[in-house]
Amino acid sequence: MAPMLELENVTARYGPVQALHGVSLSVAEGEIAAVLGANGAGKTTTLRAISGTVRRHGRLQFAGRELGGAGPDAVARLGIAHVPEGRGTFAELTVWENLRLGAYTRRGSPKDDFARIQTYFPWLAERRNQQSGTLSGGEQQMLALARAFMQRPRLLLLDEPSLGLAPLLVTEIFRIIKELNENEGLTVLVVEQNAHIALQVAQNAYVLEVGRVALSGPSAELQEHESVRRSYLGY
Amino acid sequence: MKLVPIAVVAAVLAVLPFLLSGYHQGLATRVAIYFIAILGLNILTGYTGQISIGHGAFMAIGGYTTVLLSANHHWNLIATLPVSLGISFVCGLLVGVPALRLSGVYLALATFAFAVSVPQLPLKFSKFLGGSNGIHTAQTKSHLWLYIVGWSCAAIAFAGAWLILRGRIGRAFRAVRDSELAAVSSGVSLPIYKTLAFGISAAFAGVAGSLLVLVTNGFAQPNEFGVLLSLQILIGAAVAGLGSLWGVLVGAVFIGLLPSVAPDVPLIGSSHGQDVVFGLIVVLIMLLLPNGFAGFLRRFEPRVKTAIKADPKSS
Amino acid sequence: MIGLAKRKTAVSTGVSIPVLVILLAAAVFLVIGSLVSSIFAQQTVAGLAQGAIFGSLALALVLIYRATEVINFAQGELAMATTYVAYQLTLWHVTYWLAFFLTLLIAFVLGVVIQVVVIRPVQHSVIAVVIITVGLFILIDGLVAWKWGADLKFMPAPFGNQVYHAGSVAFSRQDLGTLLVTIASVIVLWLLFQFTKLGLAMRAAALRPAAASLVGVRVNWMLALGWGLAAVLGAVAGLMTEPTQFLQPTMMQAILLYAFAAAVLGGLESPAGAVIGGLSLGVFLNLIGQYVGFASAELRLPIAFALLLLVLLLKPNGLFGRRQVRRV
Repeated sequence: MAPMLELENVTARYGPVQALHGVSLSVAEGEIAAVLGANGAGKTTTLRAISGTVRRHGRLQFAGRELGGAGPDAVARLGIAHVPEGRGTFAELTVWENLRLGAYTRRGSPKDDFARIQTYFPWLAERRNQQSGTLSGGEQQMLALARAFMQRPRLLLLDEPSLGLAPLLVTEIFRIIKELNENEGLTVLVVEQNAHIALQVAQNAYVLEVGRVALSGPSAELQEHESVRRSYLGY
Repeated sequence: MKLVPIAVVAAVLAVLPFLLSGYHQGLATRVAIYFIAILGLNILTGYTGQISIGHGAFMAIGGYTTVLLSANHHWNLIATLPVSLGISFVCGLLVGVPALRLSGVYLALATFAFAVSVPQLPLKFSKFLGGSNGIHTAQTKSHLWLYIVGWSCAAIAFAGAWLILRGRIGRAFRAVRDSELAAVSSGVSLPIYKTLAFGISAAFAGVAGSLLVLVTNGFAQPNEFGVLLSLQILIGAAVAGLGSLWGVLVGAVFIGLLPSVAPDVPLIGSSHGQDVVFGLIVVLIMLLLPNGFAGFLRRFEPRVKTAIKADPKSS
Repeated sequence: MIGLAKRKTAVSTGVSIPVLVILLAAAVFLVIGSLVSSIFAQQTVAGLAQGAIFGSLALALVLIYRATEVINFAQGELAMATTYVAYQLTLWHVTYWLAFFLTLLIAFVLGVVIQVVVIRPVQHSVIAVVIITVGLFILIDGLVAWKWGADLKFMPAPFGNQVYHAGSVAFSRQDLGTLLVTIASVIVLWLLFQFTKLGLAMRAAALRPAAASLVGVRVNWMLALGWGLAAVLGAVAGLMTEPTQFLQPTMMQAILLYAFAAAVLGGLESPAGAVIGGLSLGVFLNLIGQYVGFASAELRLPIAFALLLLVLLLKPNGLFGRRQVRRV
């Protein structure tokens, strides 16, 4: 079966600075894949390359289609939801407005999509009219996830969902991610500094170093790998 | 400094008046006037990054100073120029202080407000400032005299600007423009240099205003110094762009000569032709030759242009 | 859910309590004054009508500023030009109100076209957009004067010249009609922004273009739509100005300046602020002109700008401004 997402030798730069030096990876349908690495390794840039937020070269294929030079809005319409650094929510707008925006690319009323959301994020309903900037960090992360799910994407790109969250919340978030993956068949590519939880949840992982894939393989293998244990797992 | 081209230009300017009729000498003098004003605005906007759409007001201050001194107190016309420079300089400092609190569009609007309001003052204080008819000085001079004085002032202004900008002050200005944060960390006092830039810039404009009054037969009138003048200076500075000598000269020629050329445009051929042509050229220049003004434009966008394309405002 | 705090619905608008109190006090003052003096009442109503026009154009400016952080110096001239279009339609025997709505449509298209053709190529640079809108200002001015001439033209009166009397106070139908039309257009716009998917997309594109892009909003098109709507507002302002100023190329120039002052007063990012700023400015100028001897007609503009400068220096975000930090 062809992979849902395939990157081959993708390069990207910010002005004069080359951020990706040829990243290749592939994510199968229904899989959760993780991208690990230190700060500056190019994890965020990889996601940006996929969603078209940064100009890139190389081959990117999604569900058999070349992504070409598609910009972020086109990529969203193709069925990729990118939850960026900073969550990409609109702090000035209400929870409900954020969710409506999540459903922007869908036809029909967002109410049906919202009903599905309720099962994963039951507390959202009562906070509909709250300005999302006044939510707590954990709640905002949940909102970002809910917003992305309203899009009913085929591929979910998550940039460091654990950032700034207490350990209990991190567990919660990843539990929901796993549920979404198992119940809705959502393919997930998650970038994380928290290698521990990422490797628990993902089936396969890639370790980036200085804009290249240094290691890749099933999570179980990587968890046992000497350098991964030392650099990213702390033992 | 390219001495050869400057020498060539100087030679051309020296010979020119003898080849031109009085009317055209007047036009050439106007180019000198715009040259000085644009030079001043360039120092402010091009070198310290503070947008001003108010230089018409400083020109008004200079112009009225000259006329008042010469009409009411019978000053020698040339002697009024340093006074006009001094007074405009002080006014520039006075404007520069509150301007420290504003930036970008807000500063543009504030200076725009200044440009609109100052010409209204003579209307209100008409006893002192002559109302809508303005004040008139009886000392008029020949076209040749005006040409010589005008371009001499332009030469002095240019030399002055060059000296200021190559020294410590110029480096400080450039530091302010490129990164205020870095400038402060290097010990450059922002308030002093930003205000100084306003003062110097206004001084140039003031002298230009004095000359403008003389060129228009010694009349200082409110509608001469209206908003359009400020806009023209800004456009001239934008056309000049690169902050080099050639740039300012090009800008001054554009502003100074276009109004007289345009009425001959066959398609339009009326007095409104100049507006259409002028406006069209400004729009086309900004659209088609962005690289030509890249230097000027980049003075406002010190951020490195990255490949991130999602945000049209590229923040 | 473990650890999620229960927050009360804390909706933060840009309106702070002191500002609300001042506005309320001002409203009470106006009502009382109007009851006491008929001249006061007349100046207030006339001021409100004028202010509505300022507010309409100010709203156009704010729409564009919110989305693109530029001031469109050509807004007034565009408004003037579209009014001439309406004039031309009436010359071709189109009835006034049909011409009115056709003009709004044409203005919308014109606004979109200008954004796409002229603004979009340079929208990365604030100074370039400023200069290009200045160029547009001059170009439109010239085109209109060339096509129709600079002499005064007259359109049929939209509301007639009747004057209503309430006690000893006289209100013109024109003023009341102006108030109605401009308030109505503002309300329609508000409904669009608050309750439609498109309006939400436009708001999102203006607030956080990068994030909006990620949910599939075509940000560039939202900007173009913004310009279209701004042009519509401008057309309304122009059409409501024509009965009192009559049709001439310079008719919107002073109004643009007052609109700047109103927009800054209300806060350049606040639509409500623009409208209330406009109304307040209109009433303020009229009352000052009536009751303060020194403040004769020539000082109207300087006074408006003194106000603008004061606001810029004391509270740059205006009465209703909320954005203290740059958005990410």
